[in-house]
Amino acid sequence: MTGWLDALIQGVLLGGLYALFAAGLSLMFGVMRLVNLAHGDLIVLAAFTILVIAQKFGIDPFVAVLVALPILFVVGFLLQSVLLNRTLGRDLLPPLLVTFGLSIIIQNGLLQMFSADTQRLRSGAIETASIALGGGIAVGVVPLLTLLSAIGVIVMLNLIFYRTRIGRAFRATSDDPEVAQLMGIEVKRVFATAMGLAFVVIAIAALYLGLRANFDPTIGPARLLYAFEAVIIGGLGSFWGTLAGGIVLGLAQTIGARIDPEWQVLAGHVAFLVVLVIRPRGLFPRAQD
Amino acid sequence: MALLETRNLTAFYGDFQALYGIDTTLDAGETIAIIGANGAGKSTFLKAIAGLIRKSAESVQFDGRSIGETRAADIVKLGIALVPEGRRLFPSLTVEENLLIGGDGRKAAGPWTLDRVYALFPVLKERRFFAAPTLSGGQQQMAAIGRALMSNPRVLLCDEISLGLAPIIIASIYASLPLIKAEGTSVVLVEQDIIQAMKAADRVYCFQEGRMSLTGRPRDLTREQIHRAYFGS
Repeated sequence: MTGWLDALIQGVLLGGLYALFAAGLSLMFGVMRLVNLAHGDLIVLAAFTILVIAQKFGIDPFVAVLVALPILFVVGFLLQSVLLNRTLGRDLLPPLLVTFGLSIIIQNGLLQMFSADTQRLRSGAIETASIALGGGIAVGVVPLLTLLSAIGVIVMLNLIFYRTRIGRAFRATSDDPEVAQLMGIEVKRVFATAMGLAFVVIAIAALYLGLRANFDPTIGPARLLYAFEAVIIGGLGSFWGTLAGGIVLGLAQTIGARIDPEWQVLAGHVAFLVVLVIRPRGLFPRAQD
Repeated sequence: MALLETRNLTAFYGDFQALYGIDTTLDAGETIAIIGANGAGKSTFLKAIAGLIRKSAESVQFDGRSIGETRAADIVKLGIALVPEGRRLFPSLTVEENLLIGGDGRKAAGPWTLDRVYALFPVLKERRFFAAPTLSGGQQQMAAIGRALMSNPRVLLCDEISLGLAPIIIASIYASLPLIKAEGTSVVLVEQDIIQAMKAADRVYCFQEGRMSLTGRPRDLTREQIHRAYFGS
């Protein structure tokens, strides 16, 4: 019994990580209708950025990420304005091809610079700290922080989208870019800003990716898959749905692993397929689209 | 000097030429109507002025400046607002957000505020927190006009604001025009409803297949002239 309860709790916490992977993807798709195949690699790239900053200045990853946030915002802004804005249009294929190419470039660039060695963000005692909940169940501090950060990110994104002027511009541009221009909105700059914001989320996801497990330049595509599944389970364009999607995925994986450790990854994919069959538009689809 | 002027305005959709050298003028405080059959180029004309279609810089003059190559997002900042054909409110925004976003583009002092728009169209205030698609067609049209007014435009471009609406609703929307004009706004109406257009406008231009076929004051034009300008032959 305790084992199952433990699996549920750990599953929800793992879901927080997947929700962080997915939130940036959800944002990009929600605003720009951009399907970003390089998303997983961008998370890995951000993890290396945090690693380099932490090592160079000898600071804790939690501090290093604060340094990385503005840098990655600018990188995202430039990536969108210089490259990705050119790919967006009626045709869905160009952004897919370009982000696929970007994925390969990032993986190989990182291999060239950092080799295939596995890396890890080191933060001392907090990595292994845990809080006993009684009854033989304990939760790790880092997984708990991951989930809390995911909730924090979702709350922040919802505040930006529904309470600010730029958020209004994000939603309007997503609805109808042509009419958005008539409101004085510079569509390309709005997209670049959205990508900058997505990179902030990517940096936060990268921090927990690197703290919880080893990473190397090639693990991006698998993170992309989890992120996609979380977004689609949750329903396109809803941030709370993305959190729910991440948690469904996390729960399925830990429950699967509880039954048989070999089933962990498979159980997640099966849960994804089951949701697709029962609710093809996800758990919390937007009213229109 | 005219506030807004088009000089030999031509416009293309790819290889298809939609406008062939259109000359129009709009004085400050004036209302003009563009009439014509489907496909005459009326909407294209408004889109060209609003910056959504490429054309030469000199072909549109506003307040003494050539604005033909100015982008749409900057046109609204100059004080030209378009009420697009088919309303095109933002479906994920509430009614009030749709109005607010209209004012985001241009920070100009002027008569139009959220409260003034609600006073003009009280039903919008009742529905302010509803999503735009839940409004009726007439209410959506009011919201679309209100959204354009929120930028306090000097020129208001209205594309088929009677489209698909019941006659009584059309009448109530047209009843708001004198109040808008009273604030000094110049208006360009594109209409298929000739009777409404003739009543509201100081001058009328008729387009036929991308060319100007008739122009004049409503009282000077005969039914026969308009018929010929509208349908050809």
